[in-house]
Amino acid sequence: MDAKVAHKGLTIAGKSFGSRLMIGTSRYPNQQVMMDAIEASGAEIVTVAVRRVSLESGGEGLFDMLGDRFHLLPNTAGCYTARDAVLTAELAREALGTDWVKLEVIGDDETLFPDVEQLLRGAEELVKKGFIVLPYCNDDPITCRKLEDMGCAAVMPLAAPIGSGMGIRNPYNLRIIREQVSVPVIVDAGVGTASDAAVAMELGMDGILLNTAVAGARDPVGMARAMRLGIEAGRLAFESGRIPRKLYATASTPIEGAIEL
Amino acid sequence: MFVIVGGGICGLAIGWRLAAAGRPVTVLERGEAGRGATWAAAGMLAPQAEAEHAEEALLPLAMESCARWRGFADELLAASGIDVDYRDEGTIVVALDRDDREHLEHRFDYFRTLGLDLEWLSGYEARQREPCLARAVTAAIYSASDHQVDSRRAAAALKAAYLAAGGILREGVAVDEILVSGNRVTGVRAGDEEIAAEAVVIAAGAWSRNIPGIPEAARPPVRPLKGQMIALRMETGNPILRHVVWGPGLSLVPQVYFAPKSDGRLLIGATVEEMGFDTGLTGGGLFELLRQAYEALPGIYELPVDETWAGLRPASRDDAPILGPTSVDGLVMATGHHRNGILLAPVTADYVARYLLDGEVAAAMRPFMLDRFRRPVEATA
Repeated sequence: MDAKVAHKGLTIAGKSFGSRLMIGTSRYPNQQVMMDAIEASGAEIVTVAVRRVSLESGGEGLFDMLGDRFHLLPNTAGCYTARDAVLTAELAREALGTDWVKLEVIGDDETLFPDVEQLLRGAEELVKKGFIVLPYCNDDPITCRKLEDMGCAAVMPLAAPIGSGMGIRNPYNLRIIREQVSVPVIVDAGVGTASDAAVAMELGMDGILLNTAVAGARDPVGMARAMRLGIEAGRLAFESGRIPRKLYATASTPIEGAIEL
Repeated sequence: MFVIVGGGICGLAIGWRLAAAGRPVTVLERGEAGRGATWAAAGMLAPQAEAEHAEEALLPLAMESCARWRGFADELLAASGIDVDYRDEGTIVVALDRDDREHLEHRFDYFRTLGLDLEWLSGYEARQREPCLARAVTAAIYSASDHQVDSRRAAAALKAAYLAAGGILREGVAVDEILVSGNRVTGVRAGDEEIAAEAVVIAAGAWSRNIPGIPEAARPPVRPLKGQMIALRMETGNPILRHVVWGPGLSLVPQVYFAPKSDGRLLIGATVEEMGFDTGLTGGGLFELLRQAYEALPGIYELPVDETWAGLRPASRDDAPILGPTSVDGLVMATGHHRNGILLAPVTADYVARYLLDGEVAAAMRPFMLDRFRRPVEATA
């Protein structure tokens, strides 16, 4: 990439990443497509549902595929209580040798919205136990601030329900969250296509975590690349500063001094 | 002598073709023939309803094999006297709510771009075909050409046909090593016994990758992909279902399906789990199966449970089979069939046997050879 347009990277808990995209490993048509899509996305952080995969893989499992080329971010998908999530995080720490965890505590399986009360409890406990906690949470500024105060390394508000592809449903809340917390804000869930990712970045979000939008696309590898470009474009636009919106036109070529014919 | 490692549907079918051509062939099976993934499979022959995005390359092979199955079944009946319960009512994919319906429309549009021959049904039309489907079924896709067989009967028929053609089947014999000298296969070792072979076919399903002795470059990228299933027993003479039906799914069960067999068994499957070689049944697995199934077909509530089991799909890295020759002379692949082992058995048998007998690599088999996983070396800048 051209050095002049290179975006600044993302730093979480003191670790820097060149890409602002985090990508999931579920629901791809197959492993080959998954690997090609992750490659095309440029993501360095790859999230894995530790409860759903065996760590003993016999050479062709998920962890064999991912190898040590990526920063693995175990998640607690499928956990409904703080206790469950803490146990899962501990299992992941032991198995994968990482303190990082994407904390998910789900309220119900129709909406997959977070259970805020359990999430806050789980986050508090995991932070105390020395984890680097990245909580998937509602787009609620107060919850996000509480999570930051507890010592979470980032907050990951949803933009729409997981897997819904509905895009950025409440940009105003995301902006308030961005203004109110000082840790990185990662949009987690809801991105359906590249423009959604660009919109989130233009709002000043620090990064995006996505999965279904790529895994479920007709051409996952193509969509992964589109997401990478969307995020780069959105971030660059944010850093470059957009013009204000105005109701009436402003001619780009002033007419003062023009020859009268 | 040809040696085939693995007595599942593909190993037996290849063996049958070779034996029928008058060639000496031995199938080595570490357990009982036909009791691995073949035993666990639902026997659906559904290349259309199961077509998946980013896997279009598999479609022509799957369609060809599906079209061959009726003849294959007739041939098996003639050779073995066993009827494999070939059923041609077709396959219905149902949607149960608004989100499902949108997803189904999306799939239907996609199927049409592939040129598949499918019919869109209203909920009413779907229930005319299958009266026991839930009221909640609001739309469906019907595929007349997606059929099914009973995979266990197919295995029994193949075993009988293979033996009748003069093939040797040794059950309870585990292969401990593939013997390679230079770049050429010379046979296999099982315990203290060495069996010389001009060619060795790896048809060992989920275990194919880890057989000792296969040179690294020729190890097939295959892993076990666990599926839990349940069979209910339908009322004799009054089955609750006649077509294969696919419903929606969640988490462990991405898409629930029903495969009704003529003997009254109603197979419901399947979970998709990356759990290594574990084949344990779990509360969550069976719960998800029954929950998804009940929503599409509430009449299952009353049906007695006949059997529960779990099997291991031999999943290759791209879900397509790995067929034909490798970089090691005489080492031949017939593995990695993922969920399509029953469907792809006829083409697997024909193409692999043709290669072994005549050295011919069929054009249709070429894209599915092991070498596709070897990435071109990236050009240096």
